[in-house]
Order: sequence, then C-alpha cells, then structure tokens
Amino acid sequence: MQTGCRTRSRSREMLVLGLGVVCAMLWAGQASAQDAGRVKTVKGTVYIERGGQRELALVGAGVRQADTLVTGPDGAVGVTLADDTLLSAGPNSVLVIEKFVYDANQPGSLETALTKGTLAVVSGRIAKQAPDAMRVKTPAAILGVRGTEFVVRASAGSP
Amino acid sequence: MRALARRSGGRRLLLLLGLVLAVAVACAAPPPPPPAPPPTRADLVVLLPGPDGKVGAIAVQEDGRETVLNTPYASARTGVGGQMEPSQASAEEVRSLFADALSAAPPRPITFVLYFIEATDQFTPESQALVDQVMVAIASRPAPELTVAGHTDTVGTDQYNDALSLRRAERVRDMLIARGIPPSSIRAIGRGKRELRVPTADGVAEPRNRRVEITVR
Repeated sequence: MQTGCRTRSRSREMLVLGLGVVCAMLWAGQASAQDAGRVKTVKGTVYIERGGQRELALVGAGVRQADTLVTGPDGAVGVTLADDTLLSAGPNSVLVIEKFVYDANQPGSLETALTKGTLAVVSGRIAKQAPDAMRVKTPAAILGVRGTEFVVRASAGSP
Repeated sequence: MRALARRSGGRRLLLLLGLVLAVAVACAAPPPPPPAPPPTRADLVVLLPGPDGKVGAIAVQEDGRETVLNTPYASARTGVGGQMEPSQASAEEVRSLFADALSAAPPRPITFVLYFIEATDQFTPESQALVDQVMVAIASRPAPELTVAGHTDTVGTDQYNDALSLRRAERVRDMLIARGIPPSSIRAIGRGKRELRVPTADGVAEPRNRRVEITVR
C-alpha cells in the first residue's frame, strides 16, 4: 500500500513535471524585460503597432508602453499586464497603452486610451496603489479607475 | 371679340384646374420623413460587479465635470454635447454590446500562498504539496507568467525583512526554474513586511505572515 501510494505520487510528479516542460517549450522567446504585459488571447485579425511598424499579434507576444493594439472587424484580443490588470478589446477597436510604470513597492501608473471600439477591464495592483494611478481615456471622457471591473465603448470620436 | 373672351375664359379654367390638381397632389404626398436619429456617438462606460458580487468605483470626467459610478451596472454616456448622462445599464445590455470584448478576457490571475518556517527560507511541509497545484495552473494557461512575492512577519528591521522576503521569493523562483519554467517568465520580488496577511503590531512573530505568494497569470 505504502509502495503503491508512493509510486502513484511519483508518477503524478512526473506528469506535472512533463506538463511544466511542455509549457516551457510553448513559451516562445518573444517576451522581454521591457514588456508591460503579454497577449493571452487572440481572435481574428489583431495587430500590435510599435514605432510605426505593424505586426500581427500572436498569443505570448509582449506588449509595451506606447504600443497600440488594433483589432479588425472579426478581431478580439486579451492582454494581461504585469500588475495583473486584464484588458480585452472587441472588434474594430484601437487601444493605446500610453503609460505603464509598475514596481510592487512603489506607486505606479497605468494610462490607456480607447480611441475606438469596445474594451473590458479588470483592474490590477496599480489601481489599488493610489486612487489616481489608473486612467482610461475615451474620445469624450477620462475614467479614473478606483477598481475593479467595467466595460467601455468609444463612439464619440467615430465618423 | 366674344370668341376671344371665351377662349381666355377657357384658359383661366384650365389654369384653375391645374392649380387644384397641384394642391391635391401636394396634400396627398406623405409628409417629409423626420430626420434620421443621429448615430450613437456617445461613449459609454458601465461598472460591473466582480465574481464575488463586489463593485469598485470609477470617476468619469468630461469637460471638468465628474460623476462617480459605484453601484453594479451604473453607467454614464459622454460625448453627447457635453451633457454627461448617468444611468443604469442592465446585464443583458452589457452582454449584447460587449460580448466580444468580454469573451476575449484573459484568465483571471490565481494566487497560491506558501508558508515558511520562522527565520528560514524553508517551506512548511504542507506548502511543499501546493507546488504541484501551481504547476497545474501554469500548464492550463496561455503564455503563462509568474510573480513570486516574498513576505515576512514584523520581527526585525525593514532592511532585514526586505532581504529575507527576497531570499524566500528567490528560493521559490529557483525551485520553479528547476521544474522547467523559463526564468524570463518569473519575476521574484521581496515585499518585506509591507503587506501583512494577518495585521499585527511591529515585532510580532506571526507564522501566517511568513509566506511567498505565487501569482500565475
């Protein structure tokens, strides 16, 4: 009995280890220390614009301060930032990560602008650090986020 | 002369007839359609309840005016001629307007708490077993990343506890790396005694504060 139990726990350990290794292989080396977060979900056509360049967004891609996420008519994208903020945009959306400053032991700052489309947000640690630390801009308003979950649509600026 | 007068009378009659006809046609024509309603050009924000039913708050600012939303489904429209319109949305409205954005949301980060033996960087035996659960959470997520945050109780100076908490976090990070997690996906931080799980006075040995929190996102 003792031996059986040990064997089972051993094989479970191996399985878990195996899963870990598979994970490791799935992690493409696209991330870097400059990243504010990573793309976690992609549907349809999604681009990341950085410094005038436009690249297709893939799951695992890094997202940095000053990046713009653009979704096509069939597109949607979900990003998790390093402070555990969750951002997800629906079709025909343009979302700019204007500012991301985060250190667990210092007050940080997160500013995003939704110039077009729809966005769902679950705020993370930055919003908890100070009342004005997280802001979302739309064409007509500025949202000061004191927590935690909300949705935004930006239509005021569209033609 | 008479013939001329008669002819001119006939012309007048014709003119009258034409006028009557024109008026009749004008009256019969449907009224001009009302101007189409302007396309929805308002921005819309809706505060949602969290999975535990709790709501936060959002301060909506437009042209120097501010409205605070702090109840479930409280909403505001902005961009309608400077007139911010607070109102109440419904779960159905949110589902229909934001279905795509909501379904693209990444999985919620999950946090595991591992405890340490006092003044050491050694796990308690129960915490050793939790590590398997952490590995399962990692395996089930797209492009997983981890934050490993070390914490201490309030015995000792800030400096001592910052160093001890970072040492605990690094020990956990090394263990995760040994299990196959790429170092670039783990961030180890030392929170010292800043974030007590159980609030105590300074200088109190509290086992539940001696911990490392692994957040998988």
